[in-house]
Amino acid sequence: MVTAKPGLSHPAEEPVSWTLRVRQVVDRRLPMENLLPDRQPYYVGSWVYVFGVITIAALVWVVASGVVLSFMGPQWWHDSSLGRFFNSLHFWSVQLFFLSMVLHLWGQYFMAGWRHGRASTWMIGVVIFGISILTAFTGYLSQQNFASQFVAINAKDAMNGAGIGAFFNVLNFGQMYGLHVMLLPIGVTFLVVVHIVMVRMRGVVKPIDAEGGVRS
Amino acid sequence: MSRQTQEEYYKGIKTVRYDLVKELTLALVGVGIVAVVVAAFLSSPDVPPVTIATWSQNDPVDFVTTATNELAGSTTSAGYGNPYNTVGAGQQLGPIQPQNWFGTRIPIDSANTFVIMPLQHAGSSSTDVSAALNTWTTATADQQGLWLKPYIQALGSATVSGGAVSVAAGDYGPLPVMMSNLLNIAQSGGLDGLLMINGRFYQTDYTQALLFMGDGTYLANQAAQWNLTGSQWGMMNETGAYPGQTWLWLYTVWYQIPPFTSPDGFLGVNAANADLSVIVMMTVLTAALALVPFIPILRDIPRWIPIHRLIWRTYYAPKKATA
Repeated sequence: MVTAKPGLSHPAEEPVSWTLRVRQVVDRRLPMENLLPDRQPYYVGSWVYVFGVITIAALVWVVASGVVLSFMGPQWWHDSSLGRFFNSLHFWSVQLFFLSMVLHLWGQYFMAGWRHGRASTWMIGVVIFGISILTAFTGYLSQQNFASQFVAINAKDAMNGAGIGAFFNVLNFGQMYGLHVMLLPIGVTFLVVVHIVMVRMRGVVKPIDAEGGVRS
Repeated sequence: MSRQTQEEYYKGIKTVRYDLVKELTLALVGVGIVAVVVAAFLSSPDVPPVTIATWSQNDPVDFVTTATNELAGSTTSAGYGNPYNTVGAGQQLGPIQPQNWFGTRIPIDSANTFVIMPLQHAGSSSTDVSAALNTWTTATADQQGLWLKPYIQALGSATVSGGAVSVAAGDYGPLPVMMSNLLNIAQSGGLDGLLMINGRFYQTDYTQALLFMGDGTYLANQAAQWNLTGSQWGMMNETGAYPGQTWLWLYTVWYQIPPFTSPDGFLGVNAANADLSVIVMMTVLTAALALVPFIPILRDIPRWIPIHRLIWRTYYAPKKATA
């Protein structure tokens, strides 16, 4: 019987496997002390940094309440007080999500958070913002109430004028609902994870005039 | 720079204790409490949708006028263009006309879809309806026009009694029979089903019903009462006092100002192609936002406006102390 040997090392001459390479890259680029840091530069004490974590927290509530709503079906919340509560939780979580995300975006803009190799983190953040808007838009179209009807009728002209309406039919509840509960939330959640990992890999950016190194 | 480790990047900078997991947990609990409390006390908007039945019951003249205009080909959907039909030219911005790039992907023949076919399905047992439909479909386009024009004019002064629409006497051909039967079908709820089922049992596509209701004025009048129309910043509004999609404010603002509201426009942008122009503009602005790190001036504004000095005031404080 072969038993695992704790602390088994890999000799330098051993062929490098893909798995080992991935592990080495992760170890180097995202060690656990960076992923879950217990210390931060002293200037990371502003409330501006809180907007990012509030956005994540709101997203968790959006997804959790959305899972309950989708599990029970799109009709449920119209006829049940409990369903109405979960819809309200979903609705207000979305409002909190966007409020904190916009504050996070403006905060990062005025901190020029893209400096020192963080441009891709900024760009993914903008993509998250865009997909979130699309997700919320399909959510409003999926409410199955009067607002959904008129938003759909209004929005179709923009979609059709841009040629998008041929494939993205806002008058088709099934299509909008499917996108809202499946594809778009997966996209937002995946990109948020990528965004967080990129933030943790590089750490928070230095204050604006600190490019030269340490400020005394 | 990107290959630099955090240890190298922060070298010489004082660090302080920080509990990421605790912060996230507190945020989850805090946001949850706020969301639960607000949800419990303020609930969420849910104004019931308008059905074709409620439309035809509450405003039968508008319903019959809309249906007649569908036959005349004068409604929005009848002359829309792609992706529903090829009657309208579609929006165009300079040489760009994306509305026609993918053709008629969702074909809608307004007269047949909204009037003729429902009558054929629901009114086939009535000899009056069958005869009226036969008269209509075998008539020439010129003859149909001779019936339609005076009937549409007469509907302008129509009266309603017991849910039925009456117009002044005239030569309207089969139109009064067709329309009174279509109105009956609609008021009973039958047209809602006919426009959605389309030979299937399960359905989730409301394209036909919504286009038909959008052609009338009843739905738009209801929307105006809730401040949902385009000129009322409708895309970012919600029924009642609830917040809507406020994050669409920049998208919506263009619909309120020239040249997007002007018939003459500016540099080819006008009210007729406002939808396309706004989408193009928002695409450009979104791309600019994503590319801010590479765009001079935009990326320099944070250096010029010292908001960062408020954000990092602990960092800048020592300099002030020694100045």
